[in-house]
Amino acid sequence: MGSIELVKVRKDFGGFAVINGVDLKVEDGEFTVFVGPSGCGKSTLLRLIAGLEDISSGQVLIDGKDVSRVGPSQRGLSMVFQSYALYPHMSVRNNIAFALKMAKQPKDVIEQKVKKAAGILNLTDYLERKPRQLSGGQRQRVAIGRAIVREPKAFLFDEPLSNLDAALRVQMRLEIGDLHQSLKTTMIYVTHDQVEAMTMADKIVVLNKGEVAQIGSPLELYNRPQNLFVARFIGSPTMNIATGPSAAKRGATTIGIRPEHVDVSATAGEWPAKVRLAEHLGSDTYVHVEVDDIGPMTVRLGGEAPNQPGQRIFVTPQEPRIHRFDQQGLRVGG
Amino acid sequence: MALQQTVGKRVGMTALAWIVGFLIFFPILWTFLTSFKSELDAFSLPPKFLFFHWTTENYAEVQSRSDYFSFAWNSIILSVGANLVGLIVGVPAAWSMAFAPTKRTKDLLLWMLSTKMMPGVGVFAAVYFIFQYLGLLDNRIGIGFLLFMANLPILIWMLYTYFKEIPVDILEAARMDGASLVNEIIYVLTPMAIPGIASTLLLCIILSWNEAFWTLNLTTSHAAPLTAFIASYSSPEGLFWAKLSAASTLAIAPILVLGWFCQKQLVRGLTFGAVK
Amino acid sequence: MATQQTTTAGRLLVAPSVILLFLWMIVPLVMTIYFSTLHFILTDPDSRSFIGLQNYIDFLSDPDFLGALRNTLVLVGSVLVISVVGGTLVALLMDQQIYGQSIVRLMVIAPFFVMPTVSALIWKNMLMNPVSGLFAWLAQSVGLTPIDWFTNAPMLSVILIVSWQWLPFASLIMLTALQSLDEEQKEAAALDGVGAIPFFFYIVLPHIARAMTVVILIETIFLLSVFAEIYVTTNGGPSTTNIPFLVYELAQHSYDVGGASAGGIVAVVLANIVAFFLVRVVGKNLEN
Repeated sequence: MGSIELVKVRKDFGGFAVINGVDLKVEDGEFTVFVGPSGCGKSTLLRLIAGLEDISSGQVLIDGKDVSRVGPSQRGLSMVFQSYALYPHMSVRNNIAFALKMAKQPKDVIEQKVKKAAGILNLTDYLERKPRQLSGGQRQRVAIGRAIVREPKAFLFDEPLSNLDAALRVQMRLEIGDLHQSLKTTMIYVTHDQVEAMTMADKIVVLNKGEVAQIGSPLELYNRPQNLFVARFIGSPTMNIATGPSAAKRGATTIGIRPEHVDVSATAGEWPAKVRLAEHLGSDTYVHVEVDDIGPMTVRLGGEAPNQPGQRIFVTPQEPRIHRFDQQGLRVGG
Repeated sequence: MALQQTVGKRVGMTALAWIVGFLIFFPILWTFLTSFKSELDAFSLPPKFLFFHWTTENYAEVQSRSDYFSFAWNSIILSVGANLVGLIVGVPAAWSMAFAPTKRTKDLLLWMLSTKMMPGVGVFAAVYFIFQYLGLLDNRIGIGFLLFMANLPILIWMLYTYFKEIPVDILEAARMDGASLVNEIIYVLTPMAIPGIASTLLLCIILSWNEAFWTLNLTTSHAAPLTAFIASYSSPEGLFWAKLSAASTLAIAPILVLGWFCQKQLVRGLTFGAVK
Repeated sequence: MATQQTTTAGRLLVAPSVILLFLWMIVPLVMTIYFSTLHFILTDPDSRSFIGLQNYIDFLSDPDFLGALRNTLVLVGSVLVISVVGGTLVALLMDQQIYGQSIVRLMVIAPFFVMPTVSALIWKNMLMNPVSGLFAWLAQSVGLTPIDWFTNAPMLSVILIVSWQWLPFASLIMLTALQSLDEEQKEAAALDGVGAIPFFFYIVLPHIARAMTVVILIETIFLLSVFAEIYVTTNGGPSTTNIPFLVYELAQHSYDVGGASAGGIVAVVLANIVAFFLVRVVGKNLEN
């Protein structure tokens, strides 16, 4: 069991609310990702759940029990740190075994659990090494191994992949996904990378300035962003935004349209525009255009589109795909 | 890549540096050499630098006449003991200031530093009376306590600067792993900070070993360390240079070696982390 | 940033040190202040009585005090100049590309580790003895009359001894500061054709200025309470008695506890003036 619930959680640092009244329920076994720009409070929120920081007001419930005043060592959670935070003076074996030793488990049980974790994480050959003798990916695995041997109620990941190079990041992303599949334990994962969030999460919590901007599945966030902030934050390249007459005639202050939902024509369309640059990715082409009276937009075209800088074209948003927002930046209509 | 100097300039600079270094070191070298001379050779003019009859009789003499080892033993007990106790009190304090700082931590650190700056002589009479009242004059516990207190600010400061370099993540990881505070300090912090703790201890031992106000004034024989023992040679009745040299060599050699080992930490400790 | 739990633990763990240091500071200080208001002569216990600030008036108007104050200032000032200027020069020399730098460094730093009583005795006897000392022999061999150091120039002798102990300290710290000077700055300066002397004044000196301040302040603290060197060499006298030694003599020889306590408070005040500046310099450094 490992459901986690936050009730009106608030955290002040020196009179300033870093977390401003967050309500949230993470179901048992769910993979939840906290995402947001830096400074949005996502790591703080994770540390509040871990017990490494005190909440200023509100409640943290684990399996329905209020743990707001319980120390981190008593909450039954495991955490993987951004820096891995391995014990530099201990071998891999002792790093993994440390929590079990602290829990005074019998030697043979410890031995067995360490062996099992090392097996899962391909660390069996490295058990006697010190952390400094390992590569980044291996250290990452040790950190995860240290977390799993405790059989925690939930895993907390604090930007665990940000110190790895791009290729390794994709691989570890898959490994953490597999781990979640096989352990079926609750995981809370903090990242600033919306691609990581979209690919891994059952549920995404988008945070902005210490408040929850939206909670939902990846596709919900993509298809129905509840506000401009989420609309802009989720999706790559970012959503195109237009204000003025083209928004007004659709009954909104602001409209948004994703780059992949814009049609291009050389002869006719809603918005006349000038091509600034075409980025050829092979599978896709991102055409950056300057729309007259609106400003820069990105258009995503399948395959190899032959646009040249300076060329005049017309771009037209696909009507059903348009997101409409009111003056407060909140979603209008369905 | 450092700039390349001409070989000539480099040789010149080397010669100059070695001469300066030698001159600064010379009194110590001279003491060392003299300690192996006979008293006659020690006084001879012109001085005999290397070509004299080498003898170790002074060392034997120093011991038999003045019971050198009981003073040396006091020095060791006092400087090591006082600072080991210092570590027991200081490590938790430094942990607290490095990893659980409050708004007042900075002021607290600076206040500790300022207690170090109180000249001992300022409160000499008061301390003397307190010691007399408690029966601590010429007592190892008493003088050890003084040395402990005198070093505590420096000890905490040094430990603090070392602890600050340990990523707090690792201690938090230990907390997440279920370690209690005591276990966190014993199994995680201390092993990681061993080099820092060791050099702190070394520097503090050096400072205690050489402390020469309280040790001269509050001890006579029973608890007297080497500072007091050497001072007894200043009495004018006999000029036993060779024996003085032997005693001095014995008194400074161990600390010189320790000091050479921890020069870098010395800078940090004595400047309270202001110069690294 | 931490939890209530760690903050509480932190307070608990720092408490023993704070309490001990507080007692260590306050108890003797309060007693000293109390004694300083008493007529309190050890050999005449019956005459003990409250006399207000009389001890301070006596101490401060005592010609010995003015002499001791002068001696203190001369000693501190001279040693500071010698050790800081000399130490910087030695550090600059060691910072050159020389062969065997580490050995030179060992030799230079060594005197700092010599206990004060030992260095005082070595210098007094084996180097400065007017008949058989090495200096006397050197003077004679170049045809000069040997100086009777402690008779004719006692203060200078003490200054030399104390400087010998503190110059290594200054050298070591200056060297550490010099070595942290960015190598690329040196290369840039060389490429720009900056001469050695402008380079020193415009680049090196500002870089080591803070280290120099720290050296000056720390040395001042220690030099204000020089004791053992005087105790073993001249044992006081009008030209070398400094304030610590005067206080010591009042207590140990005149048994004047009241006077010694008043003198002690004066010494504490003097040291605190310096400490105030040192604490500010160090405190500034603590910010980053």
